[in-house]
Amino acid sequence: MVPISWYLILSAVLFSIGVAAFFIKRNIITVFMSIELMLNAVNLTFVGFAQQWHEVSGQIFVFFVMVVAAAEAAVGLAIIIAVFRARSTLNVDQIDLMKL
Amino acid sequence: MTDLHLWLIPLVPVAGFLVNGLFGRKFPKALVTTVAIIAAAVPMLQVADIALRFSSLAKPYIESHGTWIAAGALHANFAFQLDQLSMVMLCVVTGVGFLIHVYSIGYMAHEEGYWRFFAYMNLFLFFMLVLVLSANFLLMFVGWEGVGLASYLLIGFYYTRDSAANAGKKAFLYNRVGDVGFLLAMFLLIAHFGTLNFADVFAAIGANPSLHGGILTVIGLLLLLGACGKSAQIPLYVWLPDAMEGPTPVSALIHAATMVTAGVYMIARAHIIYDRSATALLAVAAIGTATAFFAATMGMMQTDIKRVLAYSTVSQLGYMFLGCGVAAYSAGIFHLVTHAFFKALLFLAAGSVIHALGGEQDMRVMGGLRRKIPVTFWTMTAAVFAISGFPPLCGFVSKDEILYQAFVSPTPAGKVLWAIGLFTAGLTSFYMFRLWYMTFFGESRAVAHEEEAAIHARHDTKLAIEAEHTHPVHESPKSMLVPMIILAILCVIAGAMGWPEGLGGNNWISHFLAPAVSGAHLQYEQARVAIATGAVHAAGENQSPAPAKNLEIILAVLSTLVALSGWYVAHLMYYKRRDLPARLTARFRAVYALIFNKYWVDEIYGALVIAPVLFIARWVLAALVDRGVIDGGGLLAGYTAQGFGSLAARIQSGNIRAYAGWLAACAALLLVAVYFGWTTHFGIH
Amino acid sequence: MIPMVNPALRVLPEIILTLFGILVMLADAVMAKASSRKPLGWLAVLGALAALAASLWQNRLPAGDAFYGVVRTDAFSVFFHVLIAGIVLASLLIALDAVSDTTEGLGELFALILFGAVGMMFMTSAVELLLVFIALEISSISTYIMAGFRRKSAKGPESALKYFLLGSFATAFFLYGIALVFGATGTTRIPEIASAIAAGHTPAIIYIGLAMLIVGLGFKVSAAPFHVWTPDVYEGAPSPVVALMSTAPKAAAFAVLLRIVYGAFPLLHDHWTPILWWLAVLSMTIGNLGALRQRNVKRLLAYSSIAHAGYLLVAFAALSADGIAAASFYAVAYAIMNVGIFAVISHAGGYEDRLTLIDDYRGLAWRSPLLGGVMAFFLISLIGIPFTGGFFGKFYVFVAALHSGLIWLAIIGLVNSGIAAWYYLRVATAIYSRPSESSPVHSLPRPSLALLLALVITVSGTLILGIFPGGVLSSARAAAATYTSVSPVPSSSGTSAADTTAQH
Repeated sequence: MVPISWYLILSAVLFSIGVAAFFIKRNIITVFMSIELMLNAVNLTFVGFAQQWHEVSGQIFVFFVMVVAAAEAAVGLAIIIAVFRARSTLNVDQIDLMKL
Repeated sequence: MTDLHLWLIPLVPVAGFLVNGLFGRKFPKALVTTVAIIAAAVPMLQVADIALRFSSLAKPYIESHGTWIAAGALHANFAFQLDQLSMVMLCVVTGVGFLIHVYSIGYMAHEEGYWRFFAYMNLFLFFMLVLVLSANFLLMFVGWEGVGLASYLLIGFYYTRDSAANAGKKAFLYNRVGDVGFLLAMFLLIAHFGTLNFADVFAAIGANPSLHGGILTVIGLLLLLGACGKSAQIPLYVWLPDAMEGPTPVSALIHAATMVTAGVYMIARAHIIYDRSATALLAVAAIGTATAFFAATMGMMQTDIKRVLAYSTVSQLGYMFLGCGVAAYSAGIFHLVTHAFFKALLFLAAGSVIHALGGEQDMRVMGGLRRKIPVTFWTMTAAVFAISGFPPLCGFVSKDEILYQAFVSPTPAGKVLWAIGLFTAGLTSFYMFRLWYMTFFGESRAVAHEEEAAIHARHDTKLAIEAEHTHPVHESPKSMLVPMIILAILCVIAGAMGWPEGLGGNNWISHFLAPAVSGAHLQYEQARVAIATGAVHAAGENQSPAPAKNLEIILAVLSTLVALSGWYVAHLMYYKRRDLPARLTARFRAVYALIFNKYWVDEIYGALVIAPVLFIARWVLAALVDRGVIDGGGLLAGYTAQGFGSLAARIQSGNIRAYAGWLAACAALLLVAVYFGWTTHFGIH
Repeated sequence: MIPMVNPALRVLPEIILTLFGILVMLADAVMAKASSRKPLGWLAVLGALAALAASLWQNRLPAGDAFYGVVRTDAFSVFFHVLIAGIVLASLLIALDAVSDTTEGLGELFALILFGAVGMMFMTSAVELLLVFIALEISSISTYIMAGFRRKSAKGPESALKYFLLGSFATAFFLYGIALVFGATGTTRIPEIASAIAAGHTPAIIYIGLAMLIVGLGFKVSAAPFHVWTPDVYEGAPSPVVALMSTAPKAAAFAVLLRIVYGAFPLLHDHWTPILWWLAVLSMTIGNLGALRQRNVKRLLAYSSIAHAGYLLVAFAALSADGIAAASFYAVAYAIMNVGIFAVISHAGGYEDRLTLIDDYRGLAWRSPLLGGVMAFFLISLIGIPFTGGFFGKFYVFVAALHSGLIWLAIIGLVNSGIAAWYYLRVATAIYSRPSESSPVHSLPRPSLALLLALVITVSGTLILGIFPGGVLSSARAAAATYTSVSPVPSSSGTSAADTTAQH
């Protein structure tokens, strides 16, 4: 049986990759995907702990996170389209009209 | 028990404020005037009525109008308190307040925003009355902040002028520094006594005779900081001279007679705290004396008539602090009363002079006005003699009482304080007669220096239109002169209230105030009597009052001589030998520069306090937080992504990736700190 | 025996808002394209009023849980429900005043405000972290969209994108925090977490989880150092939306923070009070210093809102019932005055931000004494002058801090509120300066009925809080009393300290 710590470490690594990708990647879509990666890393943690505690609520939590992430994706993509129409770019670094 | 309805006293002015503030713009001028004057007259009549019935009242009379806030242990009521101290203050505030309202009718007659002016004045009266009547520190603080707000509005009355707007802001900000002290003192009172009611706090202190110094010193010093802000004492005095940007009646009411004396009132009100802390008391005396002296020196060099009076106010407030600081609170309050009379009169007369000259405030272009505006001249003369300390005018009596109390005070510093105070009295006499001679004597320089006048003209009140059709020097209208005459009479006779026993009087005011401001500091009283009688051991037996009487007479004669010599020097320099000032200036250039520039205090504050704050705001934040750290996050991101090549492109803010980098870095720091338990080691609880 | 309460009654305000939201959305879809959407706004106002009434009515319910212990109505939830319903009401009125009949997607805006309010309300009554998370997302997603509502402008979509990306980023941290707390205690119900901790379930991950929860909520309340998004987002969002999102979601997030730290982690207080102490100091200082050099009024108020979040956190760090009451009171006082000032800004600047810089506001009081006076009044309240809500808000916060011995925090806070007077006065001075000939204030529209209603609500609210704070304060104290275990128990803090050392 795979010990719980392996799940935790894997999900922590995935989460960190998501965080790093967020501020390394320049394309808005990729940045957005890195958020999805972070959320899914958390899902893995939930499932792992649910298994450890024999608590089904952890797995239920994951379903809700997926639903919320889907809603977020719908809104997020709409916002990205609006940004592209207004600015004709998908480069995060060029979306910096407001500063200081 | 009679019901005094104290709540009506502040209510009427606030009603006047609301009526004029909301509808005044559409009212005819006469209606605005009527509303404002009624709103000022009704409280005065009510106070007069109460004063007549005063002796039959139980004191202190406390009138509570239900719970205001109840938060745990803290409980404060909407409560008003009437005792001897607030009675005296009420008389001053409503009496002088009413006179100045009447004066303003004439003075402000041609101003744009006439309704606004009277609305603000009524608002000020409301807050001042709340301040004076409150029965707890919290309500007092409400009045305290409120008068500051009204003062801010009135200083900035000519808000289209940048200097006026800035002066209002400056006054407000310096007062905020003092407010921090007041607030902290209140918090400490809550923490240690669980209440803010005067009666409860003072009873708690009284019930615990072993409570000395310690927390009371801290509270006393914090309250003193608050008082320094409001009453323009060192180190927070710099706002008052700038406050002269406001219309002259405002200077007379707020910046001479009432608001600025709130600090003195507060210290007298909280005297039980100061009685238990020799340190705090000495600080009050030292700050008062130092302020009195330095402000007087600065007053000697001013050429703007209102600024001379402003520094003189700061200096006289210093005397009041000195009086309180030697535990002679009734002397301090008495000086507050007489000062309200003579300083209000000085400002009103100065306003009349400015009015006569169509807005001119520079004394160098005045002169020879004695015959042209005789009423103004004679009333002002009464005030000048009063402030300079000539018997039997009121200023002499009250100032002499303070100096006498300082001399006989048991504090070792008493004699030093007295000596500085006496010397300052000479300076006071000098700069007041300098003003007197420059304004009223000699030949008129108003015509000769017309082009200079154009340069120096500050147009305090009168806009260009006014200046045109009032160009010939003229006496002011009756509505201005009558209040001045009444105040002049008060200047002459008010001394009788406190004529010292040593000079054959009965010092009525001191006995009147005694129940409110003494009692807990009996040890001081006894020690003082003992020193005065020269019999340190026989305080109880007290053989004869003769030596005290002699001492009082000697000191009175001495201070009269000092006042005379001040007059003489001014006479010499500004009447007989006009060339003398210029020669002295040339001789003592460094001293002159130092004092003329007001010891560069404004500049020093600017460099030491304001500049660093702005510097931090502008650079440290821009460099560290926005550009450094946030872009630092961007730098990090850029570095990781593409190496040094794209570093330059990353140096910009508003970048989402940089923000994310910053968020992640802070979150990581927090996680590490929590994981290793660093946060628990700060031990904040 | 607690009488049975129909669970639906415990979520009555949320049900009402949802129904009205759906109604508005459907009506918007079937209405003729050219017809004005403003009646929908009034419909939404009606919904907000009904929700406000329902929230007030909930006060009569006995405190209790519903839906298997997911939702809890008690004095605390009712307090914040009423606050949020009031803010939504005022924001809808402000929006009605600022928009024109031709404003794009107006019906959706009204519906989104109502849906967002549902999320915010659930945040304050949720006692299960799952619902907290979902409610947080409902509130956030609605505000992400609203922030970018001016799609045609360059700044609108940028504002939405920044808010969306960074907000989701912070949400991920929050979610990770929940997962770790779940891993440590085996539950996601707030009261059960507290009992699990009391039973000794305190592995290292629970501290990490707690810190991550604070990171996520710190972002939502824009506490420094997690504040970076605030000025940019406020600048780009339409003013009526800023009125809402600078107050209601923050109040809700503060309620969640209170529920979590006092409800779930009271025994770990020596870990979280220092964190909040530092967040408070940083927020006050960075907020005020940042505001000093702003020229754009909305950005200035964004920094000011960061500073006010700091004052509120001061009360959190006090760790006492007084502190919770002070924080709740401050949330109300701040919300009312901030909504009020944005009502003026939104009317003067309009939906499209005609006025942006402080200099643009020069002469506002000359052009309209009413608007100028009201704006000056709210600035005075933000400074914290007596007779306004802002004064008593600060007063209670600092009293609570001093009662708990946080003398340094109180002094830092007082110094900060002194600095703050400077920049608020700058705006006030500009309002009362003479306008130039070409000044944009000359083209002010006439105040509408909606604006006047919003101003009456906010001005009278601020005055009532400043003169008779007793009523709201006693409600705040009742709300605080729902946390029975707030006073630090020496023995329990001893055990948690022992645990901390044990884990190394």
